[in-house]
Amino acid sequence: MPTLTLAGKEFDVDEDGFIQDATKWDDSIATALAEQEGIKVLTDEHWKVIRYLRDYFQKFGSAPMIRKVTKDTGLPLKRIYELFPTGPAKGACKLAGLPKPTGCI
Amino acid sequence: MKAPPLCPNIAANVHAHRAKKEYLEPLGLPAERPADWRAKALDKFRELLHERRSLSLYMDVCVRCGACADKCPFFLGTGDPNNMPVARAELFRKVYRRYFTAAGKLAGRLATAEDLTDDVLDQWFTYFYQCSECRRCAVFCPFGVDTAEITMAAREIMASIGVAPKYTTEVIRKANEIGNNLGIPLAAWKDSAEFLEQELKEQTGKDIKMPVDQEGAEVLLVPPSADMFANADTMMGYAKLFYAVGVNWTTSTYASEAGNFGLFLNYEQLQKINRRIVDAARNLRVKRLIIGECGHAWRAAQAFTDTLNGPLHFLQKPCPEHICEFAARLIRGGWLKLDKSANDGVTVTYHDPCNLARGGGLIDEPREILRAVVNDFREMPADTIREKTFCCGGGGGLLTEELMQTRMNGAKPRVEAFRTTGADLLATPCAICKAQFPEVFKHYGVDARVVGVMDLLAKAIVI
Repeated sequence: MPTLTLAGKEFDVDEDGFIQDATKWDDSIATALAEQEGIKVLTDEHWKVIRYLRDYFQKFGSAPMIRKVTKDTGLPLKRIYELFPTGPAKGACKLAGLPKPTGCI
Repeated sequence: MKAPPLCPNIAANVHAHRAKKEYLEPLGLPAERPADWRAKALDKFRELLHERRSLSLYMDVCVRCGACADKCPFFLGTGDPNNMPVARAELFRKVYRRYFTAAGKLAGRLATAEDLTDDVLDQWFTYFYQCSECRRCAVFCPFGVDTAEITMAAREIMASIGVAPKYTTEVIRKANEIGNNLGIPLAAWKDSAEFLEQELKEQTGKDIKMPVDQEGAEVLLVPPSADMFANADTMMGYAKLFYAVGVNWTTSTYASEAGNFGLFLNYEQLQKINRRIVDAARNLRVKRLIIGECGHAWRAAQAFTDTLNGPLHFLQKPCPEHICEFAARLIRGGWLKLDKSANDGVTVTYHDPCNLARGGGLIDEPREILRAVVNDFREMPADTIREKTFCCGGGGGLLTEELMQTRMNGAKPRVEAFRTTGADLLATPCAICKAQFPEVFKHYGVDARVVGVMDLLAKAIVI
């Protein structure tokens, strides 16, 4: 399995750069992964999405429905795509340390 | 679309990620390629030839007329000769001739036969995962060869020796362990359903239910789990439709996935995933089974359920029924009050998902619905719709990041056809198509949105 050094620590990641152990995540990982996703600075809006995804994942064990993310964060989908160019299910989940949602999406 | 110039091997370096132990073992597949892999693969080959008379026939009946060559979206999009259906199948047939025909056994290469080597296996893994099993080639074959059956056989043989893509095996593992492809656990499914009930309340002012695991409901609706993750309007569309006609329905958290990735890997998983739906229908004591907006789900459920896990005598016919058949029946019977003007301001066209149109005979019903709920509906050119529809480029287990180049190439004929309509909204009842087209439109610079058929129907329903 490929590994990646983030914020001075080594992580197992999948082929698309998603960290494999969600429990090892902390804020510094999100900051370190941002660059990979073409995000220069993590703003309050980024953190709002990241924290929301984290909380939902810890409570329910999966990423939330996309409509729910937009509703509960108050950020329209278009804005989320501006914040995370690869979208809520890819870039945002990656930064939040969630497993990559795969399936028919 | 005109055939492109030949570009040999241009697609040879696009591969799916290979599944490792953690995805292979839970599916009962070897964790790594065994030392005697060739013998094992040939055993499987022999078994499939024996069990599937169609496959055996397809091996011998092709005369290489080339009628299929320029019909494949992946050949049209890449120009790689190995993406011509006849040439893709040849990768398989040359091995067939080597081991299962007298001429090939005796004369080898002279009889255009070839050993199953590491290189041949690599070629199989590359090109049989650049075929979306869309079966457009089969429509044009004068001998009725269904090359997708050959793709399916090659994939099944590879899987039997532990050679399979990560994407398909990972998704199947989740379907087996959690009940759906996305891996949405029970609590999250319920939470999402409640959330959509609130959304419906805000939109309509009515208490429209999104029931979960409700025993004794009349209808079990099995949607693709993507509807409960990414396609909220489609999911709410189902609920509004059932509400409008007062049908008591439910989803199941045991069978929360209509899609059946077994179709992309092997028979065993196809049967296992399909069984979940039958068991859920029996355990919830429903009377009817309806499949949501998903292409290969429909092919798997409609064409195979009776054979795999039937007969379904405990359910009322038509069984299973597709949500578009159900809705079209209601519209024909005058059961729905519709306001077409709710969908004014957009020009809509329809994309036939391959597995609905070619794989499941579902062609007229979605059009009946769209004509009833949209004023400005246009068709794409006749040789690109209905049975001759072009794949979105992402079906058949290709909807994964590392195959993006293949996906975009395969979508090219579809995009060209779409552009001729002037439409700004593409309606399609398939979760894979819905996920693929936004990427395709971005790639080709098309300014259009993608929706489900239920999305537009629900907007027009007056309650």
